[in-house]
Amino acid sequence: MANIITIFFGAVFINNFVLSRFLGICPFLGVSKKVETSVGMGMAVTFVMGMASLVTWLLEYYVLVPNSLEYLRTIVFILVIASLVQFVELVIRKVSPTLYQALGIFLPLITTNCAVLGVAILNIQIGYTLFEAIVFGVAAAIGFTLALVIMAGIREQLELVFIPEHFRGVSLALIIAGILSIAFTGFQGMM
Amino acid sequence: MNVMSNFSKGFVKENPVFRLVLGMCPTLAVTGLAANGLGMGLSTTAVLVSSNLVIAVLRKAIPDKIRIPAFIIIIATFVTMVDMLLKAYQPGLHSQLGIFVPLIVVNCIILGRAEAFASKNSVTNSIADGLGMGLGFTVALTLLGTVRELLGNGTIFSVNILGSGYQPFKVFGFPPGAFIALGLMMALMNMLAKKYKLE
Repeated sequence: MANIITIFFGAVFINNFVLSRFLGICPFLGVSKKVETSVGMGMAVTFVMGMASLVTWLLEYYVLVPNSLEYLRTIVFILVIASLVQFVELVIRKVSPTLYQALGIFLPLITTNCAVLGVAILNIQIGYTLFEAIVFGVAAAIGFTLALVIMAGIREQLELVFIPEHFRGVSLALIIAGILSIAFTGFQGMM
Repeated sequence: MNVMSNFSKGFVKENPVFRLVLGMCPTLAVTGLAANGLGMGLSTTAVLVSSNLVIAVLRKAIPDKIRIPAFIIIIATFVTMVDMLLKAYQPGLHSQLGIFVPLIVVNCIILGRAEAFASKNSVTNSIADGLGMGLGFTVALTLLGTVRELLGNGTIFSVNILGSGYQPFKVFGFPPGAFIALGLMMALMNMLAKKYKLE
C-alpha cells in the first residue's frame, strides 16, 4: 500500500509529467488559456491514460513478451492508443452527448499527446505490476491536469496586464512554466 | 516553390522550434547537454526524411480516410529502426535520450510535415522539406543545448570554456532552466524576426 501511495504522489507532484519530465508540453502550451477547457482536457486525458496503461500492459505481457516481439512495442502501443482514443470518442458521443460537446475538439488531439505513449512505455521500462501501472497512469494524468489548470489560471490573469511585445505568447508561457517548475521542485523533500 | 526554397525554409523562416513551436517535449527534455541536443536532432531528421520519402511515394496509394493511421505506422517503423541503430552503435547516447527515442513517433513535426507537405508534394520536394525541417530542428536543439550547457556547466560539447573559477548556474541543467532558457531564446528570436521583418 505504501508503495502505491509513493507512486501516486511521486507522479502527481515530485516528478510531475509536464514540469519535470517534459511530457505533454504541446497541449500544456496550446490548451491552457482558459481554466474550463483545461479541466475538460484533463478529464479526457486522465481517462485515456488510465485505459492506455491497462491495455498496453496486458498487450506487453500477454502478447509481445511470450512471442518475443518486444521490438514492435512502439508501433503496437501507438496504434493501440490511436484506436483507444477513437473508441473513447465513440463511447462518449453515445453515452453522454453533453460531455462530448464539452470535450469535442480535444479528444482526437490526445493521440499525439506524448504523455500517453510516455506513460505506457515508462510502465514497462520501470517494470510496474498491472495495478501499479494503472495507478501511475492515472496519477500522471492528474499531475498533467494540475499543471494545466494552474497555468490556465495564471494566463487568465495575464490577459489583464501589459506584457513587453517580444515576450507575448509562447515565450512568456515557457518562462512561467519554468517558475512553476521551480516551485514544484519544493515537493522533492516530501518523500 | 522550388527544391532549394523547400529546403531552406526550415532553418529560419519556418524553424520548427522557434517559429512554428512544434516538438517542444524533446526540445526541452534532452538539451541539458549540447551533444544530446545534436543527437536528438539528427535522429529526428533521419526519421523525418525517411517518412517524408515513403509517404510522398505512396501518397496516391493511401486512401484519404485512413491516411493518419497509415502515416503513424510508417513513422513508427522508422522510429523503431532508429531506436535499434542507436542502441547498437551509440549506446551512450541512447541511454541519455532514454524514453524520448521511442517518443519521436509522437513528435508533432513529423506527422505535421507528413500531413501538410509530403502527402501533397513530389518525392524530391518532400525530401528537401524533410531535410530542411529536420536540420532546422537540429540547429535549434544544438543552440539551446549549447546555451544551457555553457551556463549550467561551463562547458560546450564537454569542452571546458569558462575555466575552473566559473560558478555554474546549476539550474540550467535542470527542468526549470530548460523552460526559462527556451522562453528567453524565443523572445530573442521574436525580436530578431521583427527587426529583420520575417513576419
